[in-house]
Amino acid sequence: MNTGIPIQYFLVLATIMFFTGIYGFLTRRNLITILMSVELILNSVNINFLAFNRYLYPHKLEGKFFSLFIIAVAAAEAAVAISIIINIYRRFATINVEDVNEMKF
Amino acid sequence: MASNQIMFILFSVMIVVFSALSVTTRKILRAAVYLLFVLVSTSGLYFMLNYQFLAAVQLTLYAGGIVVLIIFSILLTSHISQNFEPASIKKSVFSAIASLAGAILSIIVILNYKFSATTMAAKEVDMRLIGKSLLSVDYDGYVLPFEVISVLLLAAMIAAIVVAKKGGPNKSELPTLNQK
Repeated sequence: MNTGIPIQYFLVLATIMFFTGIYGFLTRRNLITILMSVELILNSVNINFLAFNRYLYPHKLEGKFFSLFIIAVAAAEAAVAISIIINIYRRFATINVEDVNEMKF
Repeated sequence: MASNQIMFILFSVMIVVFSALSVTTRKILRAAVYLLFVLVSTSGLYFMLNYQFLAAVQLTLYAGGIVVLIIFSILLTSHISQNFEPASIKKSVFSAIASLAGAILSIIVILNYKFSATTMAAKEVDMRLIGKSLLSVDYDGYVLPFEVISVLLLAAMIAAIVVAKKGGPNKSELPTLNQK
């Protein structure tokens, strides 16, 4: 089925996506956009797992289940992160990371 | 050029362009929509790899769940018409150097490595096999991570409710947005 597409194409694509996420993580200052960069990074890792599973070990299930669990962890992480962001917004009226520089104690 | 190569090029161009736009655009709601495009193209890649179940999970959970959650929180916390000020030149230059160096290093390593595929026959993965593996304790069973992830999801749900809950014993002296 995947004739003519070597595994390296998938891996290079996932690498570009991963480092785009890193760039966004380093340059963005809004908490929600930082969270979106993290989602990009997790998603690129999923592509890697599935490409390895399909091309190198097609008789095993590890890659599928790893990416399934990564998706579940990403969903949990997004829910907790967004509740924290809403709490920060309620307290500081901003979600800019440079303005949120006080701790409680 | 075969049709699957054309589809792969289409999906990868969409992923690269929209992820670059998603981390550089100055309007936050557009960034969320570009992220949605990236996630949908990724599920197209999963369909190309012949993993229909994972592609459906990607569409429903990522593109359906997480993006909607992100858009909700954007609408709760930001003004849509507001533009970000762009990152400082120094910061973006150094971040670009760091990520480009990492990307080039990883791509060189990937292109030089000889991947050797197995000769074992591919196992067709259908829904029944996935369900059985998730709840089995045999060699191909994943009941322990399944239980751990269910506890994690429960804890995350409780934590989200507790953290985002309004009020509390000593919130009254803090400035809240509702009084504005």
